[in-house]
Amino acid sequence: MALFSKLFAKIRSGSTSSSDWAEIELALIAADLGAKNAAEIIEIAKKVKSDEIDTAISAALQNWLSDGNRELISSSDRPTTVMIVGVNGTGKTTSTAKLVAYLKRQNQSVLLAAADTFRAAAVEQLQTWGDRLNVAVVTGPSNGDPASVAFDAATKAKADGINYLIIDTAGRLHTKSGLMDELTKVKRVVEKVLPIDEVLLVVDATTGQNGIVQAKIFMESVAITGLILTKMDGSAKGGIALAIERETGVPIKFIGTGEAAEDLQVFEAEPYLNGLFH
Amino acid sequence: MFESLSAKFQGAFASLRSKGRIKSGDIEEIAAEIRAALLDSDVAVAVVDTFIAQLTERTNAVIEDLNKSTNPANAVFEIVNSLLIEILGGSARRIRLAKKPPTVILLTGLQGAGKTSLAGKLAKYLKDQGNTPLLIASDLQRPNAVTQLQVVGESIGVPVFAPEPGNGVGDPVKVAKNGLAFAQDKLHNIVIVDTAGRLGVDTELLKQAKLIKDAVEPDETLYVVDAMVGQDAVRTAQAFLEGVGFDAVVLTKLDGDARGGAALSITQVTGKPIMFAATGEKVTDFDLFHPDRMASRILGLGDIQTLAEQAKGAFDGDTAAKLESKFASGEDFTLEDFLAQLEAMKKMGSMTKLLGMLPGANSGAMKKQLEQFDEGELVKTQSIVQSMTPLERNDPKVLNGSRRARIAQGSGRQVSDVNSLVERFTQAQKVMKQMRSGKGGPQMPPGMPNFPQAPAAVRPANKKKSRSGNPAKRALES
Repeated sequence: MALFSKLFAKIRSGSTSSSDWAEIELALIAADLGAKNAAEIIEIAKKVKSDEIDTAISAALQNWLSDGNRELISSSDRPTTVMIVGVNGTGKTTSTAKLVAYLKRQNQSVLLAAADTFRAAAVEQLQTWGDRLNVAVVTGPSNGDPASVAFDAATKAKADGINYLIIDTAGRLHTKSGLMDELTKVKRVVEKVLPIDEVLLVVDATTGQNGIVQAKIFMESVAITGLILTKMDGSAKGGIALAIERETGVPIKFIGTGEAAEDLQVFEAEPYLNGLFH
Repeated sequence: MFESLSAKFQGAFASLRSKGRIKSGDIEEIAAEIRAALLDSDVAVAVVDTFIAQLTERTNAVIEDLNKSTNPANAVFEIVNSLLIEILGGSARRIRLAKKPPTVILLTGLQGAGKTSLAGKLAKYLKDQGNTPLLIASDLQRPNAVTQLQVVGESIGVPVFAPEPGNGVGDPVKVAKNGLAFAQDKLHNIVIVDTAGRLGVDTELLKQAKLIKDAVEPDETLYVVDAMVGQDAVRTAQAFLEGVGFDAVVLTKLDGDARGGAALSITQVTGKPIMFAATGEKVTDFDLFHPDRMASRILGLGDIQTLAEQAKGAFDGDTAAKLESKFASGEDFTLEDFLAQLEAMKKMGSMTKLLGMLPGANSGAMKKQLEQFDEGELVKTQSIVQSMTPLERNDPKVLNGSRRARIAQGSGRQVSDVNSLVERFTQAQKVMKQMRSGKGGPQMPPGMPNFPQAPAAVRPANKKKSRSGNPAKRALES
């Protein structure tokens, strides 16, 4: 962003005033990195020579990225099982569909499990995607047991020798412990048939600092292995994902950038970090 | 809600209260603490700056008088309270009904903000007030949004105008327009138009929303926003304000641990009030937004007003009157009365939510208790009482061993559960008697005149004396 390049230019010229620092700090906060992280960055930047400040800041941000594996796991001898979890309205079902399209492009066979039996018409929403992408969807009764839908799907995926099983779950606020237990149960029940390889937490790029607690609690309940950061085509910078990576070590694996099935990108650090300041 | 912000505010004031006199340095200190708390709670940077500037200005203006008062910290507290109320929009704003029906309400917002769920909640809320709302399915974008609205409509008994299947098929503007004509024809006095979610940067879709708006000329355009949103809240709200325009804001997902950023920023930046807040997954988890009550909650004062209103709504007049006269005439409080209370309490909604409205609910010990609260315990207690005969309910003294065994079997509980319920109940009866004779005992919170004895709502967080994992029972201990 102009603000940043302007500030960096000022900093490089060696004339950094305290209001410039405040401005940088606020820009970092505005990207949802969190007040504490922003203050830390400023501390780091203040310690180096003025012509090294931008490199120091970007190195610090780089450093916060997780060194976890960012590739989608694939298992060769059995269906790879991916569970999609998250709070309400982050875009789980849409991300599920995008992931299917992504895997289909790599000639993988996919089976979907519609384990969101709670939200009205969520099953139909996934079914519509399944039809569009030509992928079978295992469904159960509305308000039925999501674990049993997931179990049936896992059994079918195994029997049919499918490459990937993707389980879409109902959105739940991490503060509802009953619903979090339900999610743990879905995972436990599926694991009777197939090990779960990936649990992807879908995080809305507009999420504020509350995202960290979300990630931590989902981590405790279902041991998330990666993040899908959605709605990155809006005006939000998605800095919360970096804050989550730093806090939990869980890597961002994909970025959602639109409403079409192909609007899913494999995470790349550089454009993401640059984007925080644009 | 807003626990983390609330905890920080309370911490800041605790340290201020420990000081006798307040110097201007103390004000700077608390201002810095509040600033950090607000920034950490996703409140927009510009809003935080205004807040702090006003706080410092107002406090410094009265600093001399402050120190003459007996409790200077409380005076600062009052200033913060009034600032919070202002920032949240001042007073509650109700829906403006059109002079000539139908009143048209248009919902807009980002994807995933919760528009469709909100449409259902709003329709239910308006229907319960005697209106005849019609839902119009103009979200033809998201796969099966139309079906979702139909399912929601059916569950609350509100008709849905959905001529187009959606999933990208159909013209949302035409649907909205025809829906309005349909409503006029069928004499619905309110229509609620659900539209597709769109990003603030997507000018094309914003234009489409504007077209719908121009076509139906809504009396109220509501901007629906997820309470958990971060610093982007302001940018997106402004984009919607400029691109589509709206009259008021609806906050959703307030039942999570949102930090309050959107709530505290949007009104200030857009000048539009927050009208409603949705606080749960049930269609009834929805109410008017009261800035003063929210400020109370943030400052740890609880929300007794809402609690009292819900209590009033849940206890029908008869039950309350009966209990009151019983209490006054000196009759014994029986298990039958207790059961009536349990049922009324269940009608009031989730216990955790109710208890969260009590002062101090966000403080450490109480918060922990709330988190561990098992809603199921209420049902279990209820089942034990329901397994008793009327004689047993009215005179628990007759409960001998064989009766207790039967009750345990009937309710699927252990005899020990029955025993402890009866024991606590007997104790509670004693306390009631003491209260009647004015010897003290548990006091009702202020502002709840018509609220009969509802021990579970008042006492379960009393940690010192709790012996049971069952809050309803624990409440009866004294």
